[in-house]
Amino acid sequence: MILPSFMVIPLAAAFLITLLARRDGIGAALISLVATAATLGLSVYALVGFGGSTVVYSMGGWKIPIGIPLVADSFTVFMLMMVNLIALASLAYSWGYLRWLGSDWKYYALFMTLLTGMNGVLITGDLFNLFVFMEIALLAGFALVAYGGQAHEFEASFKYAVMGGLSSSLILIAIAVVYSSTSTLTLAKIAEAYPALGPGLKIWVGVLLLAGFSLKAAVMPFHAWLPDAHSSAPAPISAMLSGVLIKTLGVYVLIRLFYNVFGAPTIFLQVFLVLGALSILLGVFLAVGQWDLKRLLAYHSISQIGYILIGMGLGTTLGMAGAIFHAFNHALFKSLLFFNAGAVEMGLGTRDLRKMGNITRLMPMTAHSSMVASLSISGIPPFNGFFSKLIIIIAAIQARQPVFGFLAVIGSLLTLASFMKVQRYGFRSEKPAEAAERKIGWSMNLAMAVLAVLCVLMSLLVVPGIKEGILDPVVSAVMNKTGYAELVLGR
Amino acid sequence: MNEKPGMSIIVKTTCRIILWVVFLYGFYIILFGHLSPGGGFGGGVVLALGFLSIVLAYGRSYALDWLSIPRLEKAEAGAVLLFLVIALLGVVAGGAFLQNFMSKGSLFHLYSSGVIPFLNIVIGLKVGLSLFLVAWALTEYDSEDGDEE
Amino acid sequence: MTLYLLCYALFLVGLYGLITKRDIVKIILASGIMGYAVNLMIVLFGYKRQAIYPILEKGKPVASMVDPLPQALVLTSIVIELGTTALLVALAVRLFRKYRTYDITKIRRLRG
Repeated sequence: MILPSFMVIPLAAAFLITLLARRDGIGAALISLVATAATLGLSVYALVGFGGSTVVYSMGGWKIPIGIPLVADSFTVFMLMMVNLIALASLAYSWGYLRWLGSDWKYYALFMTLLTGMNGVLITGDLFNLFVFMEIALLAGFALVAYGGQAHEFEASFKYAVMGGLSSSLILIAIAVVYSSTSTLTLAKIAEAYPALGPGLKIWVGVLLLAGFSLKAAVMPFHAWLPDAHSSAPAPISAMLSGVLIKTLGVYVLIRLFYNVFGAPTIFLQVFLVLGALSILLGVFLAVGQWDLKRLLAYHSISQIGYILIGMGLGTTLGMAGAIFHAFNHALFKSLLFFNAGAVEMGLGTRDLRKMGNITRLMPMTAHSSMVASLSISGIPPFNGFFSKLIIIIAAIQARQPVFGFLAVIGSLLTLASFMKVQRYGFRSEKPAEAAERKIGWSMNLAMAVLAVLCVLMSLLVVPGIKEGILDPVVSAVMNKTGYAELVLGR
Repeated sequence: MNEKPGMSIIVKTTCRIILWVVFLYGFYIILFGHLSPGGGFGGGVVLALGFLSIVLAYGRSYALDWLSIPRLEKAEAGAVLLFLVIALLGVVAGGAFLQNFMSKGSLFHLYSSGVIPFLNIVIGLKVGLSLFLVAWALTEYDSEDGDEE
Repeated sequence: MTLYLLCYALFLVGLYGLITKRDIVKIILASGIMGYAVNLMIVLFGYKRQAIYPILEKGKPVASMVDPLPQALVLTSIVIELGTTALLVALAVRLFRKYRTYDITKIRRLRG
């Protein structure tokens, strides 16, 4: 009963909020905090209690070829922990931030629906179920991007919705073709039946799924919705979108499909490498010239997803370890950066770097945590970004693809340059800022502090004892490739 | 259109007669969903169209007096929670989540296939109310007004 | 085989409308057409020759039936696309109130 609870608890919370809502949103915030804390606790219990084993839960008691299984291996549990942690931090931050937007129960109901969708994508073992939960999360995401009610938010949400609709149609065609050729929709049985397909069919299905899910992950040719959507959304929603949504809907599904179901065919791994390199370079080049803080952070999201794609495309254990570790780290420091941007926007009333002042005196927690996050994303030791980027670069050199390692280093240098610009012009410029228009609440400071501490603590994941415990089962579950099918069907 | 809300008297009278047949048809599709095509989604759409015909024929202000929108919103949320309760009852009755734990009955009768008719009813209510409330929310905006930034 | 090609052609019609049309309402309709094409393709994949509809009826012998699973998938997919279309229409209404135009080439305040 643990596995369905990840979907049931946030869904029940969303509709309880709709049922019992009052104007001010205190009850709504409380219900959503309780629900998210419950799912976070359950995911930690799953990490500790399941060990490294794969747990399969059949919905409705139907056996595998007929029913929908929920599958939780180590990779799933790791991502669940990441998603629920960032969701809890975003909720704590929204409690303070929404007072400025006019707090409303609709925000919390939509947030819980977003969390339901993401949890559902992570734990399902059925391809069409994955599509349904992905759509649930996306619809909640579209509505949340447009939440503030300003003109540019609607425009950004419309672009995101149309592109999301196009990619969902592509994914649906791919699901139809997969069903017609393998006559099953369970991921494990598709993995079994996949080698028997014709090569043209394999390429056709792979290309459709790659195009569809790469748009969700904002990989370079398909990234056009991300700068608008992530810069126009309210700050905690930008953190959720950029931190976890593009990871679960994009990176997790790509890894699950191309490694565990398709068995990592070499041609797609090379496509990952090329797309990843493109994303790193173009993302960071477009980011350096930006003066709008949130748009700059959105372009950096594209660039960091490129690192994860390079790690995925190398096909080695070390590369995959670097990719997954970098996904977790990016969720932490990108959310922290968006929280800082939101705090500065709330306090100083502007997002333009040229108009900000020195906020070290005014908002100390924001200033110091932004320094921690900027050093993390640029890859400076001892913060966590350094270790994950180092693992990816070493893996690239070990896999005899030194060009990609070199490009990753260039990307990292340009990221450092762009964040030094942020710190120099924005947070620590010469003139001190005027008095803040609104005070930053304690819940926002608490969320930022927790994430900043975790940014430092997560570097401990490379320490050999902890690495075997947490990161290695995750990587081996992925690199087991189609061994996933035997683990699921053997139950 | 602005002086007298709604449509002409012919449309209003026809709507008043036909409305109950539409609701009956919708309930029939929902209730017999396990025996013939239809089920929750299709029947729910018919119910939503029944509600929507009131708004179209009589105008928005009249519909606002006749239906109480907050109660419909609470009913919609309650329908989803009822679905989750039925699904969790499967766990309580010693099975998996969403298990069909009630007696399967005899073939081709109305009382058969366990818990599926109840799920159909809940889904039909939810889909019908959701579609109607979405269309209702879209009618809130009068396109002649300007808008703030 | 020609049926599948016609479905792809319908999908390409929808895609053409999505890319080239400038009116927001036409973009929404084009995404609807794409959705219809994909749903039609899914239902067609369940077809078996000389098979009847997959409903058991009293008194009729059990014969070979078409695959009912794609029909269930299409039901779910139609409802999801209904939700997406409703969201797009609501966004179009709000966009018109803000920008006073339905032309997407004029709705471009975000740039760079």
